[in-house]
Amino acid sequence: MNSVLTDLDGAELVHPGHLGCQGCGASLVMKSVLKGLGKDSIIVLPACCWTVLAGPFPNSAVDVPILHTAFETAASTASGVKAGLEALGDTKTTVVPWAGDGGTFDIGFQALSGVAERNDDLLYICYDNEAYMNTGIQQSSATPHGAWTTTTPKSKKGNKKDILRVLAAHQIPYVATASVSYPDDLVAKVKKAKAIKGFRFIHVLAPCPPGWKFSSEMTIKLGRMAVQSRVFPLVEVENGRTYKLSPMPDKTPVAKYLRAQGRFKSLDRQAMKEIQAEIDYRWETLLQDCERSPAPAPSDT
Amino acid sequence: MSKNKDGSETIVITGNHAVSYAVKMARTQVVAAYPITPQTQVVELLSKFCEDGIMDARFIKVESEHTSMASLIGASSAGARTFTATSSQGLALMHEMLHWAAGARNPIVMANINRALGAPWSIWTDQNDSLSQRDTGWIQYYCESNQEVFDTVLQAYRVAEKVLVPVMLVMDAFVLSHTAEPVAIPAQEKIDGYLPPFKPSIKLDTNAPAAYHGLATPDFYMEFRKKLQDAQDKAKTVITQADDEFASVFGRKYGQVELYGSENPDILLVTSGTVTGTAREVIDEQNAAGKNIALLKIRVFRPFPSSQVREACARAGKIAVLDRNIGFGVGGIFAQEIRAALYGHVDVQVQSYIAGLGGRDITPSTIREILSQAETRDENNGESIWVGVKE
Repeated sequence: MNSVLTDLDGAELVHPGHLGCQGCGASLVMKSVLKGLGKDSIIVLPACCWTVLAGPFPNSAVDVPILHTAFETAASTASGVKAGLEALGDTKTTVVPWAGDGGTFDIGFQALSGVAERNDDLLYICYDNEAYMNTGIQQSSATPHGAWTTTTPKSKKGNKKDILRVLAAHQIPYVATASVSYPDDLVAKVKKAKAIKGFRFIHVLAPCPPGWKFSSEMTIKLGRMAVQSRVFPLVEVENGRTYKLSPMPDKTPVAKYLRAQGRFKSLDRQAMKEIQAEIDYRWETLLQDCERSPAPAPSDT
Repeated sequence: MSKNKDGSETIVITGNHAVSYAVKMARTQVVAAYPITPQTQVVELLSKFCEDGIMDARFIKVESEHTSMASLIGASSAGARTFTATSSQGLALMHEMLHWAAGARNPIVMANINRALGAPWSIWTDQNDSLSQRDTGWIQYYCESNQEVFDTVLQAYRVAEKVLVPVMLVMDAFVLSHTAEPVAIPAQEKIDGYLPPFKPSIKLDTNAPAAYHGLATPDFYMEFRKKLQDAQDKAKTVITQADDEFASVFGRKYGQVELYGSENPDILLVTSGTVTGTAREVIDEQNAAGKNIALLKIRVFRPFPSSQVREACARAGKIAVLDRNIGFGVGGIFAQEIRAALYGHVDVQVQSYIAGLGGRDITPSTIREILSQAETRDENNGESIWVGVKE
């Protein structure tokens, strides 16, 4: 559970010199995912931090094709790419809609629901830095309760949208959460998803030093704390029914995670207690879902 | 159905079904569409063709028109021949991706069934939906008959794939979309000869990874825009070539504009779409009664056929433009375009008549009234004259 990215097998398909900030979690998501996918992949990239990270025309920081597209169209454009490839006889290439939390939870949500309902053969990666970071830290529906952003100058009221369950409710073959801080788990999930046909969705937490207000050498640590505190549990859901926890580290208090970030500095002890209660509730519900999950079908084992 | 000497078969079909047949016979590979009245029959028949296996295409049943266009941008970038159809609110919803498709140089073909925009709700025809997309970079054809609709789909692919600019072909709601007319369907081999498979020189390729449409700084952006404008300029020649070659294979030709009648009329009536057919009848009738009136049908609106318009208007006494649209705060949109084309070249009155919005019928008497007003009116103040509006 504590491997580092450089220990992983697989070709390095992200070139040095991308335009990510120091300590950027989103850049590590791309490095890890492409180690799992390999070169026969096409990335469909809507407006997000990665629009900048990938480099301006005529550069590309990534050694697979990238099709840049409009903000709300990661899923829909990718659906067309897949159909076009199939029409020309290519059924092998993995098509990857690659969006941030804004492009997934908010503006791209309708198109995402559409491809999920159609079960299009795509592997969707949402790298979640919990706000519109590229435009300068505005709240999204992935921003957690209590977080400062430039559009929630006191703190955000209301819980983060539970995208895992929303996608699971579409009964697609594979939904998972993963973290840049556990690259072995992330890459294993990517490889597993790559082998499945139909719509697959991996939600990866990507800590953001400027947006979350922590020091850039702390990215991996913050990612681990999110998992340890159960704020971001690592889980898989197959066919909308079978919930399965990934190996989880020992549980730690949420307050420790919140206090490590400047964006939560307005929270008092009582507010942190309420957040702890909410996280506990979600964690218990998840454990129950795992408990009552049917065993995987024989063909899956 | 009747078999013709040239190997074609004449069937009686609606404008919507003329689109579906042409899209099938163009061997379109990816269709993505969302239903909207009055376009639905286009996609219903295409769905049937795909499900029956007589059309080898992927049909993506999308959840919105915005997604239709986004999906086709993806499919076209992967190298496939693509199609969608929409109307009115659906076209408006696509607007962002229309710009994107043109900027990305995806040769997508789309049929837009002209329908008025809300509010208030209307399902009937006028041209404000397609004309609102004037500056998106798309080529636009306006069709008069179901045969022209069928033929224009084939020409549209020829042109789009040659200049790498998307093409929208436009027809009136119900007047054409739901009206059956005889349409000659050519033999498939002839169509295959006219329209070879789409082989783009650049497409998404995992063996040659590249990034497409990424951030273009001020050092680059303007050159992309200039190239799109250059492609629209080139399209003026390519559209004519595609039409000429079409004539040599299929024996039918339409032009970018069509002058019907005298080259030096007292009044030149300008129309587009189905109104043209009605206008032909009225002009024949009036000329038989001793008048000297001609008709100019505008078939291609983008790129605007400025030189053909100047030529047709050069010896006319007055120009009366029938606009089934309104550019709020200015007037009839075709009239504005024609004034711009003539300015500094041809010194002639251009009168703008607004009629038939939201599907109000433009009958022979509507056109007679316009011609009668044009005959007596002697003003060139740029204002539009509304025809048939209730007090």
